[in-house]
Amino acid sequence: MRHDVFIAGYGGQGVLLAGNLLSYAAIHEGKNVSFFPAYGVEKRGGSAMCTIVFAEGDTGSPVVGHPSASIILNQLSFDKYAAKVKAGGVCIINSSLVNCEGIDLPDVKLVKVPMNQIALELGDLRMVNMVACGAYVAATGALARPSLEEALKKTLPERNHRLIPANIKAIEAGAAAAQG
Amino acid sequence: MSTKLFVKGNEAVAMAAIEAGCRYYFGYPITPQSDIPEYLSRELPPLGGEFIQAESEVAAINMLLGASATGVRCMTSSSGPGISLKQEGISFMAGSELPGVIVDIMRQGPGLGGIDASQADYWQATRGGGHGGYRIIVLAPSSVQEMYDLTMQAFDLSDIYRIPVMVLADSVIGQMKESIVANPRPVTELPAKDWAVRGRREGQSQNVVKSLKLGDGEMEAFHWKMHARYQELADKECRWEELQTDDATLVVTAFGSAARIARTAVAMAREEGLKVGLLRPITLFPFPQKAYTQLTRHCKRLLDIELNTGQMIDDVRLSVAKDAEVEFYGRPPGAGSLPTPEELLEQIKKHYS
Repeated sequence: MRHDVFIAGYGGQGVLLAGNLLSYAAIHEGKNVSFFPAYGVEKRGGSAMCTIVFAEGDTGSPVVGHPSASIILNQLSFDKYAAKVKAGGVCIINSSLVNCEGIDLPDVKLVKVPMNQIALELGDLRMVNMVACGAYVAATGALARPSLEEALKKTLPERNHRLIPANIKAIEAGAAAAQG
Repeated sequence: MSTKLFVKGNEAVAMAAIEAGCRYYFGYPITPQSDIPEYLSRELPPLGGEFIQAESEVAAINMLLGASATGVRCMTSSSGPGISLKQEGISFMAGSELPGVIVDIMRQGPGLGGIDASQADYWQATRGGGHGGYRIIVLAPSSVQEMYDLTMQAFDLSDIYRIPVMVLADSVIGQMKESIVANPRPVTELPAKDWAVRGRREGQSQNVVKSLKLGDGEMEAFHWKMHARYQELADKECRWEELQTDDATLVVTAFGSAARIARTAVAMAREEGLKVGLLRPITLFPFPQKAYTQLTRHCKRLLDIELNTGQMIDDVRLSVAKDAEVEFYGRPPGAGSLPTPEELLEQIKKHYS
């Protein structure tokens, strides 16, 4: 089974870290992984995107025109990329920042999670990407949640390992919100 | 199962260089390859190696020439404008029969261009971008695993044939991260570097490494010797990958990042019942001519896909059977010009008959 997921937001929301986390989780599950980043030259505020493909076998193209799952963290990315999600796919949006009233995505499962709000309630807005990853695994079942917890050890530098329990909480909260 | 690492293509190049025994790197930063010098600036000194950020690309390639002349394994890397600057030095290395690995993570051009993925330097790489009429081995990785494996092989090929080797990729392959197995260096029998200049000891004859050949007939003999070596490379070292070509009506041919995208397009075409295959050259020089000759005995239609307006297609056309048709789909490099597998599938359908 080949899975692909596209993540987009603005620089500083942790798009690339989220992509790395999902990649390590897939590797933990014995899959082959391709992680293809694209981002502006700005440190914060520019656009940041990445595509992750994982599969038991060949990952194929790192470039995906119509992803089967998208995680959209801000309005700009929603306006630009939400319509690209493949029919039968999942679009997980950060409803704290994205207004999708009146927009029709036929054949796409729209999962609205107030990611900023959840992260803030847990004490730090910077965990918005963790909430997003939790929502992704709950909405798609493409990866097991414990794999994300394992992946945190690889994704975060040692000095930040003390933050792992807080991040796990954020992943769980995102998953719970996606399951509604 | 061996442990899988998760690394960037550029980092895989640097890791492989170290595993291959390269301890000397000379370079100058340029996007999208700066991860290579960054990695080596950190990792080479603790191993007793030397990392030098030269004052320019011209200096770096001449440092490579000098280090190589002493018989050590060494590498430089750059992109677009930097590779252009290095051409003089590459020509001098070719003229001096010096090994050495040059990594080119292509960017757009001409001129300063931009940093997006590009295959616009196929001609420059495969025709020998400098003066004098020489060829160098050109390897085109299509995955991070191949960035690792082919960089390692580049050092052996370079030593065996005494010829510079270029690893040619772009920002798709250089910047993406993939799960890889960092294979240990294979045991390869290598010729002794008895030509190296290491300081003459009592009773030993003098070694001279130079590209100036003024003797009567000396240069002509050199050219015929190199001509024979290029032929030997064509006979022994062509590498390519074929995917589902046996029963194919249409075969897509592409290298590097374009081949990577085409791979999925071919799989999508197969899912729709179209008999489509993929032929991916791994060595761009020597070009795997025989693969095309054999293939076009039974498959008469090829679709060449490149991230430029058509460069490798020259070699493809020279290699196929006379009655084969070679179609082309190109996407010249630039922001927003990277084709998706879905777009390539459309092209496959257009040319499939």
